[in-house]
Amino acid sequence: VTQTSKYVLPEGLPVPVPDPDGLSTPFWEGLARNQLWIQRCHHCKTWQWGPEWICHECHSFDIRWEQVDPTGRVYAIQRVWHPAHVALKGIGPYLTVLVELPLAGGVRMVGNVIGDPMRDIAPGAALQGVFEHHLDANPPFSLLQWKVCEES
Amino acid sequence: MSTEVPSLRGKVAIVGVGQSTYYKRGAAPDPEFVLVLKAVLAACADAGLDPKDIDGFASFSNDRSSPSRLAAALGCKELRFSNLQWGGGGAGAAAAVANAAAAIAGGLAKRVVVHRGLTQGRFGRFGQGMGYGQPIDQARVTGDPALLVPHGLISPAHQHAFKVQRFMHETGVRQDALKAIALTSYHHAQKNPNAIMYGRPLNDETYESSRWVVEPFHLYDACQENDGAAALIVCAAHEARTLQAKPAYLLGAAAGAQYRASAPSFNVPDLASASFKPIVKDLFQMARLNPDDIDAVQSYENFTGGVVMSLVEHGFFKAEEANEFLKFENLIVEGGRLPLNTSGGNLAECYMHGLSLIIEGVRQVRGESVNQVRDLNTCLVSAGPLSPPVSSIILGSESTL
Repeated sequence: VTQTSKYVLPEGLPVPVPDPDGLSTPFWEGLARNQLWIQRCHHCKTWQWGPEWICHECHSFDIRWEQVDPTGRVYAIQRVWHPAHVALKGIGPYLTVLVELPLAGGVRMVGNVIGDPMRDIAPGAALQGVFEHHLDANPPFSLLQWKVCEES
Repeated sequence: MSTEVPSLRGKVAIVGVGQSTYYKRGAAPDPEFVLVLKAVLAACADAGLDPKDIDGFASFSNDRSSPSRLAAALGCKELRFSNLQWGGGGAGAAAAVANAAAAIAGGLAKRVVVHRGLTQGRFGRFGQGMGYGQPIDQARVTGDPALLVPHGLISPAHQHAFKVQRFMHETGVRQDALKAIALTSYHHAQKNPNAIMYGRPLNDETYESSRWVVEPFHLYDACQENDGAAALIVCAAHEARTLQAKPAYLLGAAAGAQYRASAPSFNVPDLASASFKPIVKDLFQMARLNPDDIDAVQSYENFTGGVVMSLVEHGFFKAEEANEFLKFENLIVEGGRLPLNTSGGNLAECYMHGLSLIIEGVRQVRGESVNQVRDLNTCLVSAGPLSPPVSSIILGSESTL
């Protein structure tokens, strides 16, 4: 599923760019191709997020990336009202979600929930990832957003 | 060889406290460094010490008043201890006292100032930026913030809401428990002329009708943003007894965090924690006390939800008892079971990044608080829940030694 026309949050927030040292590049390049790539230790198979140079479990530096189906469930969720950035002024509440990825060892990542922000969405709710491409940004970037599965 | 467990218990005391006038954000007429100097001078005057005899400075977070500059400006005869607690923002406030204490107990210094200055008008606001006052005004983000900021997860309120929301989900703690903490701080501030919210009481209706910052935090669940400075002086117990103020002895201190507490993107396994669980055992063991022995608590309110979690993790009650325990009447100085944030705390006295709470702990031990707890001998002060590494200290009167 690809969404290109509408963004969950307005334009004008800082643009994410890969780390200068290249640590996070596979993640950002993957999103641009509608793919989710997550770190996994090649030695002990521990999943790891966000990106780090070393495996926190076995201390191997042989960290590789695996493509993961972007499905998850809500671990925690917050409805944000106060705009902490000028780009968020006047847009009203939005939902920020901490998504647990069962297919990647339960690692968690942050995204936004697409749709009515006033819905009550409880931890455990199943989510489907939606790639959101900001092609007009400088430089262009992509985010992984989420919709509640029952609504698909 | 001695088998005694190393301990700071009774070895040092806080012998002087000082603070600038506390201001709303942006309202300080003085530069930040001047505010810090005024607080340090006030603490020295309180202790009866010559500022030139201070030989160490300890602070926390991203404090901008360096020990080198302070020592030069004050003409300190020598600078022996120059210390900043890494990480955690205000969660390092009690750790800065512990670091000063350890330096003194270990013979590295004799009289150490613990200080913190904030001018959120001139420098970045905590409420609008990552990392304790670093403003988000750049066009691009990288590293861990790149995984958060584009999703509108920017301020400390956002950083902490996941942990509190998950905690409330797991334990069934309700909004009323958070409200009781806010009402308590505002209640205590009404007797504190130095409190920003002096003369501005809070009631149930005002709390409940206040706007959300981020659920579950109403406006009144969030700390203020303030300008000002606070300082205190730590020295060895034997010297403390020769000085003019009644010493507040350090009985216990601990700082730290749980396993992978700061893993990126909230990948700490125990997310629903304020991060005190691993340090509390050390804290009470050093103090040779139990939670039942604590007469009052100053518990850092970045957000009220963090106070609930701090109190649970320090063992004052179980999570399943929180809705019952956290009632206004249990927390106020007038007969409460556990008097809490007796100066008005970060919510209603001043957000001096936790150092104002430690100063209130000292006042309680001296018997000089505007909301004095009767027959108090011990006061626990915890710093910066949800923002690891966190820290706590227990202060006590001479009779506790």
